[in-house]
Amino acid sequence: MSIDKATVAHIAALARIRVPEADRERLAGELRKIVAWIEQLDEIDTTGVEPMASVVEMTTPQRPDAVNDGDCRDKVLANAPAASHGFFTVPKVVE
Amino acid sequence: MELCDLTIAQARDGLGARRFSARELTEAHVKAMEVARGLNAFITETPERALIDAARADVRIAAGDARALEGIPLAIKDLFCTEGVLTTAASHILDGFKPPYESTVTAKLWAQGAGMLGKANLDEFAMGSSNITSYYGAVRSPWRRRGDDRPLVPGGSSGGSAAAVAARIAMAALGTDTGGSIRQPASFTGLVGMKPTYGRCSRWGIVAFASSLDQAGSLTRTVRDSAIMLRAMSGHDPKDSTSATLPVPDYEAALTGNIRGLRFGVPKEYRVEGMPAEIEKLWQTGIEWLRAAGAEPVDINLKLTKYALPTYYIIAPAEASSNLARYDGVRFGLRVEGKSIEEMYEATRAEGFGDEVKRRILIGTYVLSAGYYDAYYLKAQRVRALIAADFKRAFETVDVILTPTAPNAAFAVGEKMDDPLAMYLNDVFTVPISLAGLPAISVPAGLSSEGLPLGLQVIGRAFDEETVLRAAESLERAANFTARPPVLS
Amino acid sequence: MALIEGKTGNWEVVIGLEVHAQVVSRSKLFSGAATGFGAEPNSQVSPVDAAFPGMLPVINRFCVEQAVKTGIGIEGKVNPTSVFDRKNYFYADLPAGYQISQFTRPIVSGGSIALDLPEGRSRTIGVTRLHLEQDAGKSLHDQHPNLTYVDLNRAGTALMEIVSEPELRSAEEAGAYLRKLRTILRYLGTCDGNMEEGSLRCDANVSVRKPGAPLGTRCEIKNVNSIRFAMLAIDYEARRQIDLIEEGGVVKQETRLFDSARGVTRPMRSKEQAHDYRYFPDPDLLPLVLDPAEIERLRAAMPELPDRKKERFVQDYKLTPYDAGVLVSERQTADFFERVAKGRDARAAANWVTGELFGLLNKAGKGIEQSPVSADAIGALLDLIADNTVSGRTAKDVFAEMFETGKDAAAIVEAKGLRQVTDSGAIEAAVDRVIAEQPEKVAEFRAGKDKLFGYFVGQVMKATGGKANPGTLNELLKKKLSG
Repeated sequence: MSIDKATVAHIAALARIRVPEADRERLAGELRKIVAWIEQLDEIDTTGVEPMASVVEMTTPQRPDAVNDGDCRDKVLANAPAASHGFFTVPKVVE
Repeated sequence: MELCDLTIAQARDGLGARRFSARELTEAHVKAMEVARGLNAFITETPERALIDAARADVRIAAGDARALEGIPLAIKDLFCTEGVLTTAASHILDGFKPPYESTVTAKLWAQGAGMLGKANLDEFAMGSSNITSYYGAVRSPWRRRGDDRPLVPGGSSGGSAAAVAARIAMAALGTDTGGSIRQPASFTGLVGMKPTYGRCSRWGIVAFASSLDQAGSLTRTVRDSAIMLRAMSGHDPKDSTSATLPVPDYEAALTGNIRGLRFGVPKEYRVEGMPAEIEKLWQTGIEWLRAAGAEPVDINLKLTKYALPTYYIIAPAEASSNLARYDGVRFGLRVEGKSIEEMYEATRAEGFGDEVKRRILIGTYVLSAGYYDAYYLKAQRVRALIAADFKRAFETVDVILTPTAPNAAFAVGEKMDDPLAMYLNDVFTVPISLAGLPAISVPAGLSSEGLPLGLQVIGRAFDEETVLRAAESLERAANFTARPPVLS
Repeated sequence: MALIEGKTGNWEVVIGLEVHAQVVSRSKLFSGAATGFGAEPNSQVSPVDAAFPGMLPVINRFCVEQAVKTGIGIEGKVNPTSVFDRKNYFYADLPAGYQISQFTRPIVSGGSIALDLPEGRSRTIGVTRLHLEQDAGKSLHDQHPNLTYVDLNRAGTALMEIVSEPELRSAEEAGAYLRKLRTILRYLGTCDGNMEEGSLRCDANVSVRKPGAPLGTRCEIKNVNSIRFAMLAIDYEARRQIDLIEEGGVVKQETRLFDSARGVTRPMRSKEQAHDYRYFPDPDLLPLVLDPAEIERLRAAMPELPDRKKERFVQDYKLTPYDAGVLVSERQTADFFERVAKGRDARAAANWVTGELFGLLNKAGKGIEQSPVSADAIGALLDLIADNTVSGRTAKDVFAEMFETGKDAAAIVEAKGLRQVTDSGAIEAAVDRVIAEQPEKVAEFRAGKDKLFGYFVGQVMKATGGKANPGTLNELLKKKLSG
């Protein structure tokens, strides 16, 4: 499928990036070119090939169940653009 | 000799012999940082911090208690979180962010006595090959083409790190390499750039771009310095689940100068279309140098080389689209207010991210989205497995692989800028190694006809940085690269 | 099968449940921050939980073990290799913009849960999967007129998501499923099952169809925080869908919220946008590989679970399935009962625990772990009954006092002189006295009014201050009356 303005609007919404209507056509063109280029992978037969899980040939390490972090509210909130009474605050979310 | 011209190894000797103090050494570099401010190599300069670090180092040295990097002033790519010091990833979206923690790798450097000159400029979120996407402005290389005064790019994304070391502002710099972000700028600026094996250095505290590819490394002026830096940076970190549990060798001790009997692979797929003849020639020269030192060239096949870039440009943006979701204006950095939370998100991210970052987030979102995941992302991970298998097969017959680092020398600011795909091609020789997670180093090997540095790349087996460094040192000795950026003369 | 009547005939409701059970652990799934309930906002948040730049997850071994134990407990297959994926979406209390979960390769596949239904009926419901994932933080919408407050204390806490097959057919079955699952979790100690504190939450997928028809469009009801509410929400939602369809409408697949104050479900506005979670394996974590020996060690250390225990109670103690079911519903109750029953008449023990003890505990609003009478103390009382020191009737009064004062049975019997009279001479005297005092009644009895026997028993009991051994009394009375 070819990427058009509507595709750009859709993925921009998924990525929560506002893309003005005026920029969508240009972006669609750029993305089309990149996607057409990456589609050259179709030339490779990957039948039966397991997708790579990690370049590291090991399994995930597991840590003991110990409390050794947290309890640092001031540090966690220090960079917040908005905070109040120990909470982060954001424009009201309607459920 | 000027203090700023010293290598780390020379400075270590000089400090040890009390020929100069850490304070003098650092002051000289702080001065150089001021003089070369026009390069825009730093986002944040921390000269006071550097001088405090130096004073501490002098106390240690006086007590006969010097550590591996005692008194060595470094530039730190502004992708490493540094406690209490502005950390931006060269992005508007991290406005004002001061991490309440120190990255593992920088903490290790400080624990070895190094000092911090400042946070080096980079491409925004390390996405780029020319250091033009920084919110804090482009970095300029200290190099110029012969008879041409137009400013050149230092390469990227570790462009500020490269410019700082090339311009003799910092003795070495910390960089990160996701698809070539250390090796390509090293090649462009006449430096040694090392990307260790994925898992060798902790990723904890490094602003993530593409988690399965990101790796910390160094830019130095010599292979020996690279070995010194690597030892200080490496080691298992329980806070990073992908960190290797292997012991860290004494990399300097690996520099025996003896590569007799070493088998090095020469992949013919690296002779790409449109590659300048002088790069092909330099590669041949490199092959001759290694042969002359007693190593044996072996023709090898890395058939999927040309598919590495498209593979990378699926995987890296996919991971980035997810890694960068946390920049939402809630807990740190920029917030652009909106009437609803959705408006706030969209406005913050529209204003906070630059064009290239947005482009990659959109591509990444697209390739992961419903209906496309299998065709793009899973396909790319399958091809990636094949690329890694190609290398594995090659390393059954060779010890290292020798290739050019980049298909071209540095270009001028403004060239190649309008076409993202043309820019992506800069990484054609470095990306396959990143996909396979292997260690690789770029060594300055000569100058182009225009008088610009060109690098050769040595690739090794996973976790065999020792052999990579040993071969690199042999190349370095043969190349005897002594050219200096014209800015310094 | 429970069918719901509509205007156009009967309808079948099809329910699948997704239960989120918070793992009982000290620290979070991927960070070292604490997990306690009710702490000051954002005081249990590490930079990892707040998704600060460069922070990385490392998995908590204990949480993995709890998931394995739970998987074994619901008779699922523990997968030697599982993978953590990122589920990408934006929400104020989801700091990273993705939740680390398991999508294609969960830690446990399959499983089943046996429902205990009224009248001793039982049904087995299939479990699709159990996977580990992080919880999100908490958004408070009612603290400020135009702001939402975000507390990340809960962000990153380990959850087990347990997904049932769409095999439940009524709110009653859904309730039984949740109760049984909660019992199993509590037996294992892997989740405290506390729905009020949110450590057990449930989403219900509800659809309706005519019996035998293909599955209808389902609605997902989010975050129902009690079993009763889950049942109410399902009943409401099934009825809503039936009415909608019968009036010519079409059920729209959507996420709905249960409004417990009004007893209705309504569409969730924040979930209106079509979702595309863009799952992919989390590159910060490698595959989770379990050592088979470790799985076996956990399997060997599994406690006896309610179904097995119930079976054993019926078989070994000859309890009715109903009593056994009541006793095994909480592990503490079952343990308490077994302690009382040890070396004694098990059915009597069951009766005392489920009858007298539960009665008084309920009245006092206490759980078995707060019982003022210990299992050993009840046992001692049962011993007094068995050796005829007290009658069963007296024992009930003694027990009430034990419950009240915490004193032991023997002390109360002694202090109050409640020891029963077993001396047949004394009882015989009382019988004689009663017969002598009531000639008319005796005549009536002898004329065939058998019902009066109970009256005479009462009279003799009264005469002996309730202390007469009932067996002896009956025997003597029968003899004398017939004589």
